[in-house]
Amino acid sequence: MGLFSKFSDVRAALDSLAVDGRNPFDVRFDKIMSATEAVLEGRPCLLFGTNNYLGLTFDATCIAAAVKSVHESGTGTTGSRIANGTYCDHGLLERRIAEFYGKRAAMIFTTGYQANLGLISTIAGREDQLLIDADSHASIYDACKLSTAEVIRFRHNDPEDLARRLRRLKDRPGNRIIVTEGIFSMLGDSAPLKEIAAVKRELGATLVVDEAHSLGTRGKKGRGVCEEVGIENDVDFVVGTFSKSLGAIGGFAVSDLPDFDLLRILCRPYMFTASLPPAIVGSVTAALARISTDESLGARIRFNSIKLHRALTLAGFELGPEPNAIVAIKMPDTATAVRFWNELIQRGVYANLALPPATPGSLSLIRCSVSAAHTEAQIDKALSVIVSVGRELRVLDPGPEESLLRRTGSLPL
Amino acid sequence: MIGNANNIEAEVLELLAHKVPANINVTPETPIVAGLGLDSVAILDFIMDLEDRFDISIPLDRVAEVQTVGELSQAIEALKSAAG
Repeated sequence: MGLFSKFSDVRAALDSLAVDGRNPFDVRFDKIMSATEAVLEGRPCLLFGTNNYLGLTFDATCIAAAVKSVHESGTGTTGSRIANGTYCDHGLLERRIAEFYGKRAAMIFTTGYQANLGLISTIAGREDQLLIDADSHASIYDACKLSTAEVIRFRHNDPEDLARRLRRLKDRPGNRIIVTEGIFSMLGDSAPLKEIAAVKRELGATLVVDEAHSLGTRGKKGRGVCEEVGIENDVDFVVGTFSKSLGAIGGFAVSDLPDFDLLRILCRPYMFTASLPPAIVGSVTAALARISTDESLGARIRFNSIKLHRALTLAGFELGPEPNAIVAIKMPDTATAVRFWNELIQRGVYANLALPPATPGSLSLIRCSVSAAHTEAQIDKALSVIVSVGRELRVLDPGPEESLLRRTGSLPL
Repeated sequence: MIGNANNIEAEVLELLAHKVPANINVTPETPIVAGLGLDSVAILDFIMDLEDRFDISIPLDRVAEVQTVGELSQAIEALKSAAG
């Protein structure tokens, strides 16, 4: 029996998904042209599957900051901060993030995945209980595996279910740690954080909120859903990423708790990996300054999100529940989703194909992400393509060729 | 106690019968991961149903330890006993 024979089912599933040799999980761009355009298979395509919510990957200020950092501090740090030391700019970025959130301290991680992995696995000890939303990101599930704590799932976005599960633990020793997300990555739905914070206050727990998809896209200052619903003082740890709205890579956690700094010598995914390279630290610091000072970015992403969500709803698609930067189109089955995704690529629109078991409720999704950098013309083009494919594949009723642009153009956005 | 365990197993089998594809006959020996025709998320969601039905918490590490439907029923029985 070969080493990989245990994955034969995976191989069969992957082969069945590949249409004309195109593997949906291994898309290879010829060239990235901008935050919203690329060349794929020799053809130009619009990028609607990037998580580049604020379009800052090509921001001139961020690029200049990255270049300056490379010249000043080199291409890499060549090791972890506990062994090789902290660069001046690591410390500066941490202070800037803490200031942005109005928290006492911040820690940066080499990826957003590691931020969840490190924070959650370290703060939850053997006697503690982790209560995680059932639809949590894989990084939260993997953190639970690394932790020695007991792990209990609560029903997605259901504060009453969370309360019921907390009450079952009433006589048990240990700390209860609730983990949820501001916006969930597959359907783009936001957590009922006000109600979850109320459960936390009533029953006593630590609250961790991952704002990976809501940093920069929600809240007046761009701090996410916690800011928007006014529960920032109830949240013990906010976790986030630099790889989406901030256009680079890396992660962070912020907290007011006094012993937060102990994590630097306890948290293995922080300690035993190389720290972020100077170019990334430079561009992220610049990107954070951009979103702190330019409220038009947040306004733009909200406008574009609402535009795409409303137009697709009007066209007759079944979508995720809220007009967030993630706009997920529900497909009737996996085969249709794969065909739909391939047709979009053929016609110059790149979105994400999301399939079970990576999706909630065994849904097959075409997952679009909107950017503040998308022009209205780009969104109109993508809409036109998506609706055409929807009609051809009978995901939509094949109605009269009414001008979608005329219909959506009159929307009160 | 044995009677109680048998009742739990019968109830788990009954609940599962409504969840799995129609062509699958579930027995205590049925392996959970490979034999139920459910993906990993659907299995975990079913575990939440069981938690509510029996008013217990079944931690994920406990779920990972059990291989068959019968073992899952035994774990529930043990957790119910521990919870008093």
